Amino acid sequence: MNFYEKMLNIDRRWIYLVLAIAVILPAVVSFYVPVNVTPEVRRVYDFIEDLEPGDKIYVGIDYDPASLAELHPMAYAILDQCFRKNLRPVVATLSQFGAGMAEQALADVASKYNKASGIDYCYLGYKPYPAITIMLMGVDFRVPFPQDYYGTPLDSLPLMRYVHNFSDLSGVIDLTSGNTADFWIIYGYGRYFMPLALGVTGVMAADYYPYLQSGQIFGLISGIKGAAEYEALTGYKGEGLKSIPYQTASHVIILAFIIISNIGYFASRRREK
Amino acid sequence: MTTVELLWNGLAAFLTLCIFSFLYKDNPFYKFAEQLVAGVALGYWTMLLYHTTFTDKVLFPIFQQGKLHYILPTIMGIMMWTRFSKKLAYLSRIAIAFYIGVGTGVGLPLYMYNYVFRQLQATVVPLNVSWLGFNSLLMVVFIICTLIYFFFSKEHTGAFGGFSRVGIYTLMVGFGASFGLTVMGRVALLVQRIIFLREYFIALFGS
Repeated sequence: MNFYEKMLNIDRRWIYLVLAIAVILPAVVSFYVPVNVTPEVRRVYDFIEDLEPGDKIYVGIDYDPASLAELHPMAYAILDQCFRKNLRPVVATLSQFGAGMAEQALADVASKYNKASGIDYCYLGYKPYPAITIMLMGVDFRVPFPQDYYGTPLDSLPLMRYVHNFSDLSGVIDLTSGNTADFWIIYGYGRYFMPLALGVTGVMAADYYPYLQSGQIFGLISGIKGAAEYEALTGYKGEGLKSIPYQTASHVIILAFIIISNIGYFASRRREK
Repeated sequence: MTTVELLWNGLAAFLTLCIFSFLYKDNPFYKFAEQLVAGVALGYWTMLLYHTTFTDKVLFPIFQQGKLHYILPTIMGIMMWTRFSKKLAYLSRIAIAFYIGVGTGVGLPLYMYNYVFRQLQATVVPLNVSWLGFNSLLMVVFIICTLIYFFFSKEHTGAFGGFSRVGIYTLMVGFGASFGLTVMGRVALLVQRIIFLREYFIALFGS
């Protein structure tokens, strides 16, 4: 077995070890990686920034703990911007495991700005069947959510007293790790023409760029890079920017492995010829 | 971090390391963590569905609010369960037919509008002499080439084969972009856990 063949048949555990070292390295030696902001992320930021204090915006926390690493930093940065601008976010989750995480993010950011539930923001909690729930929210929030997450009837909440359906909101920012994004595009935008922006996981991002080009969504925040861009714009120091050096180090190693394995592949093919 | 937080985060750190141990090989620690996650998720989901579906849509409206028209969808829901009986299974078809009928009726026009018409509209845009116009032209060319690649009624030879080959490269660029973003996403999961472990150990032992 020659050198190239050895490289191609290397035990995967060595690769894991090298990758682990690369990821742990920034934890020991810190370094700075600049973050360039893409137009699709800036458009989401500008949209929220252009709203007036008191305006209401829907923020969907439609992801589960498996996507927390990528989408939770976006949620924190967006909610921070909303509360800093004195906007009034209406938050709900259409993911069955999202309720706890949404409450955590809201409670953490709201306490920083001394915002009160039901007055400065409203947390509606979880409802199953996303397509039906989105359509019903377009009719009246009281149909899918008669009470908020804490059991208070919506009409008893000062914020929700005059919020009936999407026409009372300025837009929708949906942070999602699943097909809820499709339901928001089809029903939220397609039926009610709500200005819609998406925050999606890296795996999903390539699938949603066509909707950006067609104007069905006005902005797209993709993966941890998108979260870091948003944090860079808002000045919020969260997990997104923190993870970029780790991300860069591991990407360099993965690129090196791809290059080495390709050299090995082409060299061994040449020898065979 | 308070003592309670340290304990909970300690459990989370232990379970994270249990899952990571699978990278070396399968072992009882990994199996324990995996089964714990599955069990907790199942229990949580069952109760959540009970409260958000059965309590909210059946018990509360019918028995507390007296909305008797909710009985009809409840009966149709019960009919879905008749699939488990050989004698009564035919009843489930009525409920399924209703569900599919409503779903298709509501969804089809919107699916066509959003997935077909709007995408076609965004693809065929007026050309102009600019980078944007050049991009639009490239997009149309690559879409046609990709469609040719999937056209199997004519042999892929000559100029037709050339276009088909461009179609393959277009697909490969698309898959490459997806793969790159997937790598970023997967690495983000690892990085988040590493940051969590680092902060936990700093809280435990000091920096």
